[in-house]
Amino acid sequence: MSDFTTQELMAIFAMQGFAGLSFFSVLLLMALGLAIIYGQMRVINMAHGEFMVIGAYATYLFSTFVSAQMPWMMDYYLILAIPFAFLVAFIVGWVVEFVLIRHLYHRPLDTLLATWGLALIMQQAFRSGFGAREVSVRLPDWLQGSYRPTMMIDIPINGLAIMGLTLVVTLGIAWLLFRSRWGLRVRCATANREMAGAVGINTRGVDRLTFALGCGIAGIAGAAFTTISSTGPTSGSLYIVDTFLVVVFGGAGSLLGTVASAFTIAQGQSVLDFFIGGSMGKVITLLIVVAILMIRPQGLFASKVRR
Amino acid sequence: MNAKLDFLDGRNGLVSLLVLAALILIVFPLAMGVDQLNLTGRFLSFSFVAVGLVLCWGYGGILSLGQGIFFGIGGYCMAMFLKLEASTPEATAIQTTPGIPDFMDWNRLTELPWFWVPFHSLTFTLLAILVLPAAFAYLMGIAMFKRRVSGVYFAIITQALVVILTILLVAQQGFTGGANGITDLRTLKGWSINTDEALVTLYFITAVLLLAVIVLGKWLLHTKFGRILIAMRDREDRVRFSGYDVANFKAFAFCIAATFSAIGGAMFTLQEGFMSPSLIGIIPSIEFVIFAAVGGRLSLIGAVYGALAIGFLRIAFAEAYPQLWLFLMGTVFIVVVLFLPMAWPGSTRNMRLGRAAC
Repeated sequence: MSDFTTQELMAIFAMQGFAGLSFFSVLLLMALGLAIIYGQMRVINMAHGEFMVIGAYATYLFSTFVSAQMPWMMDYYLILAIPFAFLVAFIVGWVVEFVLIRHLYHRPLDTLLATWGLALIMQQAFRSGFGAREVSVRLPDWLQGSYRPTMMIDIPINGLAIMGLTLVVTLGIAWLLFRSRWGLRVRCATANREMAGAVGINTRGVDRLTFALGCGIAGIAGAAFTTISSTGPTSGSLYIVDTFLVVVFGGAGSLLGTVASAFTIAQGQSVLDFFIGGSMGKVITLLIVVAILMIRPQGLFASKVRR
Repeated sequence: MNAKLDFLDGRNGLVSLLVLAALILIVFPLAMGVDQLNLTGRFLSFSFVAVGLVLCWGYGGILSLGQGIFFGIGGYCMAMFLKLEASTPEATAIQTTPGIPDFMDWNRLTELPWFWVPFHSLTFTLLAILVLPAAFAYLMGIAMFKRRVSGVYFAIITQALVVILTILLVAQQGFTGGANGITDLRTLKGWSINTDEALVTLYFITAVLLLAVIVLGKWLLHTKFGRILIAMRDREDRVRFSGYDVANFKAFAFCIAATFSAIGGAMFTLQEGFMSPSLIGIIPSIEFVIFAAVGGRLSLIGAVYGALAIGFLRIAFAEAYPQLWLFLMGTVFIVVVLFLPMAWPGSTRNMRLGRAAC
């Protein structure tokens, strides 16, 4: 590090910081879905990455459709593609919960294996449906280019846009969880499932909605993902381990913890990436996270739910 | 029945052990050509890991998605020894630095790294295969079990460790051979490991070791340790209140599983002739778990059948219908979990489920 001047270091940190923000956004969107699913019903969804890929392919299909049928829409398609991606992933999530997940409540380790099987099936379905090659969407003009506040700092616009999207989704989830009727029911079922059932909450219905919603958010993550990278059948599996670590590191059930840990992990990798290369940066970040988890297993922000 | 052999679970247990022994020691070698036998031997190496998982997951309730780490430690230790033997100064005379493994030379290393040096000795290598994974598992286990990390958290952290290890192996190619792994292994103490004769011998060594590991596992389950293991799985807090140090027992179970895996890894390297990161990543690690689950997660012997069944299925399908293979594998995961939660119907009698419930 001594080879750089302070000013250069600041610029590097700023740029890598902003580069990390796109990664942070996708990671956070993924982790939010996973965290509410795990927090609510102790289900480990190993296929969460594949739900992200569903969202990404939905966005890709949508953009292909728009560019073929309604080229004048190209500038704004992403705004409609995001709800579309959410909807597709939401519906698939709903079906998966009904067919598979609901049989596995109270067996968290088994959900892990079963959803891994689901992930394999979904990956192969993507490969059969869209081909093994990665696909990418055409970005609208206003998302390309970058913003340069000083000579040395260069911030891509698409990163900023995803940031904004993530902020909106996170606030939306916070509002849903803490202000809406559904959120009240979720918090009841998380705190004490039997009691929630006893006072007339349909906990099974809440579960299904929660699972579908978590998957839907992964779909949004997929839509965001298309703006920073191309999508292949196994894109989701690249994120799944990081996402789990985010959830565990943040302290399951804590929204604030999830945000903080997604930020730490994404920024750690991004900044270290510059100095010691991508793989070693990742190794060091993950090692530190695992070490902290061994010392403090409840994560950064432990939720005060009685187990 | 001889009381000393009681731990084999009475007559039924003895019969199923003998059936397995007859199958892998007599039927397979008679029915198969060398190539197929070698393939089967590799599946048998995987089943060491599955047998370890039956102990720590089926009986102890500790699900590790990181058994690839230990399989890898065993495999890489063996590969390092074989590689050093293959890299004599004469054989590597064309390199810039003769006498070091070829991939090190390609990565411009001019000296053997310090942690490679002891692997010149076979005794050290064999000890390392048994001790390193156990030591590593003990550290991991104690750190987590003492703080009562268990279940899902433990699974996720072990999985993260697998990811870390594979990235590290690929990134540090000068020291590890990178994504290709350690290849071109030829002899063990001057004995060529690639001839037909050697492959058959290695197969028999693997099979006998596997049977020994199963008997050891059965014996462990029969001791007080086995009872505590089951009790911990079912009512951890009661065991703790009874005054047992739960963390130590769990760590011990995890160490045993780790050592078994490493033996499998070492035998795999010998039979396959190379070791690479792709054999120990997330996907193989989780497949080890499914081997154990397919065999019925409470059956040490079943784990072997699980590994063999999935292995042969993969060969049959991956050649004929490569696209269908992942669909099938995914379905196996789901079906096994949904419909086969603990063991094959009718086989539970031998597994002391009843006593565990008391």
